[in-house]
Formats: sequence, C-alpha cells, structure tokens
Amino acid sequence: MDPIIKAENLELWYGEHQALRSISMDIMPQKICALIGPSGCGKSTFLKTLNRMNDLVPDCRIEGRVSFKGEDIYAEGTDVTQLRTKIGMVFQKPNPFPMSIYDNIAYGPRLHGVRSKTKLDEIVEKSLKSAAIWDECKDRLKKSALGLSGGQQQRLCIARSLAVAPEVLLMDEPTSALDPISTGKIEELAQELKKDYTIVIVTHNMQQAARISDNTAFFLLGELVEYGDTQSVFSMPQDKRTESYITGRFG
Amino acid sequence: MRKARDLSLKFCMKLCAGITCLILLGIIGYLLYRGIPGISGEFLTAQTSYIKDTVGILPNILNTLYLILLVMLIAVPLGVGAAVYLTEYASDRRITNAVSFAVETLTGIPSIIFGLVGMLFFTQILGLRQGILAGALTLIIMVLPTVISNTGESLLAVPQSYREGALALGSGKWHMVRTVVLPNAVDGIVTGCILAVGRVVGESAALLFTAGFGLRLLGFADALQSSAASLSVALYIYANEEGKFDVAFSIAVILIAVTLIINLAAAFVGKKVRKD
Repeated sequence: MDPIIKAENLELWYGEHQALRSISMDIMPQKICALIGPSGCGKSTFLKTLNRMNDLVPDCRIEGRVSFKGEDIYAEGTDVTQLRTKIGMVFQKPNPFPMSIYDNIAYGPRLHGVRSKTKLDEIVEKSLKSAAIWDECKDRLKKSALGLSGGQQQRLCIARSLAVAPEVLLMDEPTSALDPISTGKIEELAQELKKDYTIVIVTHNMQQAARISDNTAFFLLGELVEYGDTQSVFSMPQDKRTESYITGRFG
Repeated sequence: MRKARDLSLKFCMKLCAGITCLILLGIIGYLLYRGIPGISGEFLTAQTSYIKDTVGILPNILNTLYLILLVMLIAVPLGVGAAVYLTEYASDRRITNAVSFAVETLTGIPSIIFGLVGMLFFTQILGLRQGILAGALTLIIMVLPTVISNTGESLLAVPQSYREGALALGSGKWHMVRTVVLPNAVDGIVTGCILAVGRVVGESAALLFTAGFGLRLLGFADALQSSAASLSVALYIYANEEGKFDVAFSIAVILIAVTLIINLAAAFVGKKVRKD
C-alpha cells in the first residue's frame, strides 16, 4: 500500500534554530500514527508541517519534501486552503468558535460553499455522530458551543474537522487538557475514525500511544530516532535512546 | 500609634475623594442652575435671529449631527481597516511598531494643532471653503487614532486559537477575519466609535478654524461648504463674542447631557457585548 503522506529529508528552521533534521517518514492510510518524544523534540512542529500550519510562524523556513498522495505540498501554487480541508487539525486546547454548536460544525461546509439548509443539517448530524457527541448535543444545537465541557468541546472540534470531509486528521495532544474519562472517549473515537480516516497524533502520554496507535515515531532533538510498528517500538526498541525514553529514564 | 496613623491616612483619602466629588458636583450644579432656565422649546428648535429677536441653537445641533455623521462614515471604515491590517496582515514588526507609535502620538497632540493644520491644508491648499466638510476632515484625522487603537486592542484580545481553528478548516485569511475575528472584537470597535463621537461633540479648538462660526440654519449640502458652528463652538461664540452667558450655560447643559448619554451608551454596549 502506498503511503498517504511522505516526508523526505525534511529540514525546518525557526530563524536560526533548526527544529527538524532530515526527517524521512511514510504515513500509511487508515492507520493511527503516534508521534512521541520529550517537549521541544519537534513532534508538534513536524505535525504542523503536514498541513502547512507552520506558514503562520514568521521566520519559519523549510527544506526537503512533504507530499500528500504524491503531490508536493510545498510546491509553488499549492492551494493551501484545499490542502487544509483534506488534512484537518485538532488542537491541544479545544477551540470551538464562540457561536452555536450548529454554526461551529457548519463553519467549514459554509466556507466551501454549501448553502442548502437540508444539506447543512445532514452534514452537522453526520459529523456530530461520527465524533460520538450527537446524543449529548442534539437538543441544544442552537446553544453556544462554549457551554459544553472540555471533553465535549474537543469532540465538537473533531466533528468540526470531519464536516469538511478530510482524509487525514492531525491531532496535537488532543487529550492533554482533558480528564481521564474524556480522554478515554477521544481514544475510543480515534479507533472508530481510523476506519475512514488517517490519524496522526502527537502525544505526551506513552500509554496512549501504545494503546491506540498502529505505528509510533520517536522524536528527539529534532531527529526521528525510531519509527515503526507500535508493538515492536514499545517491546523491542532498536535504539538505546528510544528504550531509555519509553522506560521513563528521561523525558 | 500605628492605628492612629491608619485612621488619619484614611481620613485624608476620604477628604481627597470628597473634595473631588464636591468640585464636580459644584460645577454641574452651577451649570444646571444657570443653564436650565434658558432651555425652552424655542431655544432647541429655532435659530438665532436679530430681526425676530429669537435665540435658538437648532443650527448648531444640526451642525454637530452633520459632523458626527461625516466623521463616523469615513473614520470608522478607515480606522477599522487600518487596525485589521496592522494586527492581522502586516508582517513587518518595524512598520507596525512605527505606525502604532505614530497613532499613539497623534492621540496626545493638542486639538488646536489639528485645527491649524486642517485650516492650512484643507482650506488653503485644497481650497475647500470653511464649513462642515473641512471641519469633518480635520476631526477624522483627530479621531482616527482612537478608533484604530480601540479596535486594535480588541483584535489582539481575540484568542489565537480561533484564528488557528478557522485556518485549519481551510479558511482564507479574509474569511477568517470576517467570520471569527471581527465578530469577537465588536465591543472594542463600538467603544472606539462612541469615544470618537464624544470627541466630535466636545471638540471646539479644531473646529474654530475649519468649520467656522456660522449660526445660520443650513441644510446638509449647504453646510458642507459654509461656515457652521457646532454646539461646542457655539458655546464659545455666545460666551466670548456676544457676551450672552445664559445661552452659553444652556448649551453647556445640553453638551453635558449628550456626553452623559454617550458615556452611558459606551458602558452599556461594552457590558452587553461582553455578556453575550
């Protein structure tokens, strides 16, 4: 099977500081890929290069190649808007817009020109169901999304990303601001979603990576130290540094 | 000993607060006492005429409204646009810092200087006649910094996560600004506008040279290019040139009432928007 995202010799600088060093990595479709590593190792930076959210950072410079389904996403003339609808993102802190639950979900589809009320209703229901939050908010769709709990807000944000029909979901520590029960729900949801989507998730929680991911990548100081099948990375790490990290000797 | 000192300090603070309030109440009380008797239906709905022997400030009320209208019409879109550019688009920090510094400096310049520059530029160089148009243009320059800085501050207060969320859904920059940034900065924009209206209403120095001293009743189109005094300027004229202090006091009462309404509106809008 061909990888859906392919990074080749990716280097990234923030000003003078080199944050990523020669990263080459294939991300397979309909799998969950976990990025682990200590703070500042470059895993979130790498995640953000995949849908060009790093464009927002001033002084950010990139070399190498990242391709999505064979197309170089940093090539001249790439439609970033189109790219970001295909590769959605869920952030560390739930960030629903201060509008109704319905309008939050409909934001993306409206942006892409869906006007029909029935069509929007349909998308909203389907997205909320896919994100396993429909039952909790079907009676309050017109109420502000800010009235939801943190865990619900995060699932709402996932639903919001799903509403534009992406192929890949990037999750940047999506459960680090949530309680264990909400975390459990998101993890279960991720398992469900991988039937239809590819998920790349940054996590500080090693158990989480071991529990939910198919593949795991270990980053350290901007380098990709080890990447492979989650089972083998956790049971038989090839690199001494990976072993030290996952056994909790640093990090 | 310590207790005695505490008590005496507390007394001093109370005294300071008391004196401040007394001065304020004294001024307002005296204004009301001198001004209210002169306010009548005719005073508010007629123009001053020597032939008919009437004193009225309708022309000045209208002139003030014309000024507010013109200034808001131009200063709000311009100021909001500039603020959006500075906070959302401009990438060169040096330029934004320079512009912000200029904006702050402009806020502190005495208004008579705006009047002088306005007169030289709009009436001498551009050849406009003294009137509402030249006055409004001068006031626009004067209130722009207020609109820009209030809008800018509330734009900066919009959480970065909203912007990221919108962009991550594939939103373009302008769509993001329009749908998630501006709606969440409305309170600052409205506050800026109300403060700007307040400055327009209260301004006299910048208008003396530019809008002029006219007391005749004028329609909007005529007023643009004819000497036309706003309420504040009329107060100056009646007090200083005609010695009609009672009229000046009555205008003062009306100005205070208008200012009060504007401030209450600002407070109300700010509170309401924050609650929603």
